Amino acid sequence: MPYKSVVLIKQVPDTHNITGKVMTDEGTIDRAALPAIFNPEDLNALEMALEVRERHGGTVTVLTMGPPSAAEILRESLYRGADGAVLLSDRRFAGADTLATSYALALAVRKLGAFDLVFCGRQAIDGDTAQVGPQTAEKLGIPQITYAECVLALEGGTIVVKRALDHGTETVECSLPCLLTVVSSANEPRPASVRRRIANKLAATSMEYKALLAKWPEFGSEEALDAFLTERKLKIPVWTAAELGAEEAKLGLAGSPTQVYKVNFVVLESAESRDVPPTREGMAALVDELMREYIVG
Amino acid sequence: MSDTRNVWIFVEQDGGRIADVSIELLSKGRELADSLKSELWAVLCGASVDGLAQTLIAQGADRVIVAQHKELDPYRTLPYARVITRLVEERSPYILLFGASPVGRDLGPRVASAIRSGLTADCTDLQIGDYESKKEGVVFKDLLMQIRPAFGGNLIATIVNPHHRPQMATVREGVMRRAESDATRKGSIERIESVFEKSDLALRVVSREMRESKVRLKDSAVIVSGGAGVTGAQQFDLLRELAQVLAGEVGASRAAVDSGLIGHEHQVGQTGTTVRPRLYIAAGISGAIQHRAGMDESNKIIAINTDPDAPIFQIANYKIVGDLADVIPMLITALREKAK
Repeated sequence: MPYKSVVLIKQVPDTHNITGKVMTDEGTIDRAALPAIFNPEDLNALEMALEVRERHGGTVTVLTMGPPSAAEILRESLYRGADGAVLLSDRRFAGADTLATSYALALAVRKLGAFDLVFCGRQAIDGDTAQVGPQTAEKLGIPQITYAECVLALEGGTIVVKRALDHGTETVECSLPCLLTVVSSANEPRPASVRRRIANKLAATSMEYKALLAKWPEFGSEEALDAFLTERKLKIPVWTAAELGAEEAKLGLAGSPTQVYKVNFVVLESAESRDVPPTREGMAALVDELMREYIVG
Repeated sequence: MSDTRNVWIFVEQDGGRIADVSIELLSKGRELADSLKSELWAVLCGASVDGLAQTLIAQGADRVIVAQHKELDPYRTLPYARVITRLVEERSPYILLFGASPVGRDLGPRVASAIRSGLTADCTDLQIGDYESKKEGVVFKDLLMQIRPAFGGNLIATIVNPHHRPQMATVREGVMRRAESDATRKGSIERIESVFEKSDLALRVVSREMRESKVRLKDSAVIVSGGAGVTGAQQFDLLRELAQVLAGEVGASRAAVDSGLIGHEHQVGQTGTTVRPRLYIAAGISGAIQHRAGMDESNKIIAINTDPDAPIFQIANYKIVGDLADVIPMLITALREKAK
């Protein structure tokens, strides 16, 4: 029996690879210096959805909320095997905390029509909150299976999933539709396929038309480009707040209960410290001192 | 918004054993309630948990709300969310705290979404303070300051939730200090009825395989940790050898865990374990605050790094600028010789 899956993905700054260059002289973060990447566990979520489709048939649609540049990870999803992609982009989404984000995502999932499974990564590396999955499930009124590692069975309207917890595993059985948040140990995400990359190379949102025309002036006009992409099913739809039928008060900064009061750079406490030369003598003296102070031995 | 200023702790238990993080939260919650001149309530759910209520009072609770029902064991999101959401809607707590455990991180956001309040994940500190909103021209008195590392741990953010109640946060195990239990403390116990809807029972736990973690980072007196500067399994073996000589445990930064050299249960830091050992040796760890948040209260810190400007050196008691592949064998030799 085929299943209709939706995968929620996010483009994030690569916070795992922050170097000194990212900090400006004024002590702020230069976001432009951070590469934007596909949130790693969202790739695991996409892989799990693609595996379900391979085994049971159905469709996989990816959905992200973000700036126009987030179309990049939607294309990457198409290269890896997604059937369709939608970008939620609107200034009114900006500044959203996890609650406002989940509100917009849940509306978008509903707008896609009937669904069986929603997948997302356990957490995004820019915030590490792991909150958007459960909050979206609550807004959709469906059960959630967090820390999903393996789909053990999927039959009719029931899924059996193994969850990877801190101190063990749990196997749960749940009725569909439901939402899964997927951990990195779940699978090895497939690379983009060359064939799919060629087929979807031109996939774009209308927000990218200007840049595309600059690159391929032979299309002539935005209208001609739009007609071309629409005909070939390469147009990635962009949904705004109005198209979601969203209440403005629940979106973006306005819809976010949490506010950032202040942000501090960490003041490093200068502990009483000493240089120890990296030599045999240095190590011997260090061990002596640690033993005298009963730190070791 | 109600006037109560009570602080609530969701108490996590499994098989009648209260989670360490819940006890730690009661200690912190007691401080918060005292500074708000309000009460600390513990919410305890399970199939057979009545006997645990007194323990929670001894740990600081003024009142324990006990929801006892066969559908509440083992933990499942929807029945628990039903109980907590109803209670919050009825009683309007001012603050609601969860452990940032798999259970707390599953339940907290579900409840926050249902009651439409804010939730801050993985706080490393909680304080009561005033917040002046310049935009609104209002000073909010006695808010919960939710402090957490942000942006990959490069910043410390203070988050507030001025308009919604309860103010919700999750806190990792080991971050808050546990207070002594006081068996003479007095408190009240309230038992509530739990009623579920059919949809709450959509998920069934088929089986569970829980194991006691073999890695006891939290209780270890000596920890030898490796980071991005540890290249390859062989170098990690050096760290293991050093840990063995010191009768300690092996830790790791997130970079080392991400590289697959070592399991997540070894991770020290904001998204790992918070430790306060007698001796912490950081080898090849640059010292992102994400990591430091989990170890900067160690008694003595030795840092080994090839980069003399690595931030870890700023909190280290002993700075060794050098290659860990050279330094650690020398350190092991020195330790073995002195032990003779």
